[in-house]
Amino acid sequence: MRGNRRIVILLLCVGTLHLAVFFAGFLSPYDFAQQDRELPFAPPTSLHFRDMHGTLRWRPSVCLLVERPAMFGTYDEDLQKCFALRFLVLGPEYKLPGLFKSRLHLFGVSGPAKVFLMGTDAYGRDIFSRLLYGGQISLLSGLLATALSLGIGASLGTIAGYYGGWVDAVVMRSGELFLALPWLYLLFALRAFLPLHINPAQAFLLLIGVIGAVGWARPSRLVRGIVLSGKERHYVLAARVFGGSDIYLMRRHLLPQTYSVLLTQATILIPQYILAEVTLSFLGLGVGEPAPSWGNMLAALQQYHVLVSYWWMWAPGVALIPIVLSYLLLASALQEKGALHRM
Amino acid sequence: MRYFGHRVLQSIFLLIGVSLLSFAFVDLAPGNFFDEMRLNPQISRETVANLQRQYGMERAFPIRYVRWLKSVARGEFGFSFAYNAPVAPLLWSRARNTLLLTGSASLLAWLFALPLGILNAAKSRGWIDCAGGLVTSVLLATPDLLLALGLLWLALRTHWLPVGGILLPESAGRSEWQRLKGIGVHSAGPVLALVIGSLPTLTRHIRTAMIEGLDSPCARAVRAHGIPRWRIVLRHALPVAASPLISLFGLSLGSLLSASLLTEVVMSWPGLGPLLFEAILARDLYVVIGAVMFASLFLIGGMLLGDVLLFVADPRIRTERLA
Repeated sequence: MRGNRRIVILLLCVGTLHLAVFFAGFLSPYDFAQQDRELPFAPPTSLHFRDMHGTLRWRPSVCLLVERPAMFGTYDEDLQKCFALRFLVLGPEYKLPGLFKSRLHLFGVSGPAKVFLMGTDAYGRDIFSRLLYGGQISLLSGLLATALSLGIGASLGTIAGYYGGWVDAVVMRSGELFLALPWLYLLFALRAFLPLHINPAQAFLLLIGVIGAVGWARPSRLVRGIVLSGKERHYVLAARVFGGSDIYLMRRHLLPQTYSVLLTQATILIPQYILAEVTLSFLGLGVGEPAPSWGNMLAALQQYHVLVSYWWMWAPGVALIPIVLSYLLLASALQEKGALHRM
Repeated sequence: MRYFGHRVLQSIFLLIGVSLLSFAFVDLAPGNFFDEMRLNPQISRETVANLQRQYGMERAFPIRYVRWLKSVARGEFGFSFAYNAPVAPLLWSRARNTLLLTGSASLLAWLFALPLGILNAAKSRGWIDCAGGLVTSVLLATPDLLLALGLLWLALRTHWLPVGGILLPESAGRSEWQRLKGIGVHSAGPVLALVIGSLPTLTRHIRTAMIEGLDSPCARAVRAHGIPRWRIVLRHALPVAASPLISLFGLSLGSLLSASLLTEVVMSWPGLGPLLFEAILARDLYVVIGAVMFASLFLIGGMLLGDVLLFVADPRIRTERLA
């Protein structure tokens, strides 16, 4: 029972993170591409809960930032000009993916002041907003690539295990080929032979394809093992005697046996593929500007002065840790549960 | 001996498969190195066509593959368009650095992970184990990219470590000792990143294997005889746990190679990683294929080494194979 509760809590964590990213438009105060050239590398905005006279206010306020004369990227707050933070305000229009258009944002500030919860980048774009929008690309590519990889792996593994013989040999030998390569090298090599200069949407699809295609070997081996033993079970044999076709047997009786293993594999693969997307985009081989992804946001850190001077540019990297951690814990909880089941 | 022969043969087939696979990708890929030249108005069409013919780019797939195999036999691994030189010498010097990095990193990681894993298993469910579990979970969730960037930040901030490159500036043309010192100092950062990156996985696996070893019938029997705890752990449980750990050793080399690719690029260590990366950007196909081949050679070599060690260490496998 304790195991179940842990799984539920972890699922809630993962779900919350994904939902936050899904509702990026609502949660973020600005558009991901909105630039503020007057405020490059502005530090995270401080929220003031006291006004000028020192009295406590429940509504935090934000003060105007003024660049110090002749000092690039160094700012002072103008305490005379403070503006209250407002909730549920109308701002730039956004679209929830697949749903509807809206202008309602969770919070925002009126007047000339800006609220940058995590500072801005070199073009004065709000990192908090970009982090949420970038999560859409990074997390979605992890999910889709996992679906692709498990889809290929499960179908090839089932076919190999079911038919056996030369089909099995071909599938398993080619799987070994993919396992014999260090997978990041393989990913790079595959990416190398595909066009370099493409628009972000194409790059996104390409990336999913490449990442998904590289990782099919391990799930296919696992599925094959289950199918090999599963096809000898009595109810499968009975279904075959009654004249069930191969396709029917595989779909109705063999694949369902592999679901728990596929689920565990998914929790292992998703964080790995999110990191793969981040890595490729970090090196400029993935999704490019102006679309944000956690990888290409981190790419700014390749410049040493950014790395050393502006700590808030690390935000996408730090955001990866809770995501990967909750998936890892979920995977180990599921594995423990699976081990209990088998006993 | 027959067993080794079989394994080596299998590895060679795997390598041939890898080369065929990468060649097939080259063939399917749109665009090549000469496309950029075609855009340049100062280079005439005939020149580009001549160059292509000179490199044999217009030939059919099997012919190019056989030509490449011949050049492998000559020890050249094809011809780099961008460097205008055979690929092998380029790869060798870089591969040496990668091997140095991954070799010392895996040695250090195992040196640290082994006692840590054993300690955690021996004191299972104690506070050391709990704290260890927490730390390894968080480290496990920290991407290699972040680790490399963090160490780079530390190096830039504190100047404890040099940033990028491999030789100290004053060591140019100096003695062998100076050279070695430079390499040692420069490799500290990347090695550290790799060790921290692979430590949690290794510790976890060692802990699991050791707990299973401590739970085995022979360890329990020894405990019933009243043998001291530490003697049970080291003399009886460790040999039981050794065989899964040795196969883990071969696999850990592979993940370390992937991690080192990224670490090398981020921390500018002149290994295979940056070479591959630049070759991708320049569409220098034979260099890409060569780097991938070398990497899979290392990985397959590592797995082979693991198998050999397993063969030596585990009498069960020996008798099974010989029977």
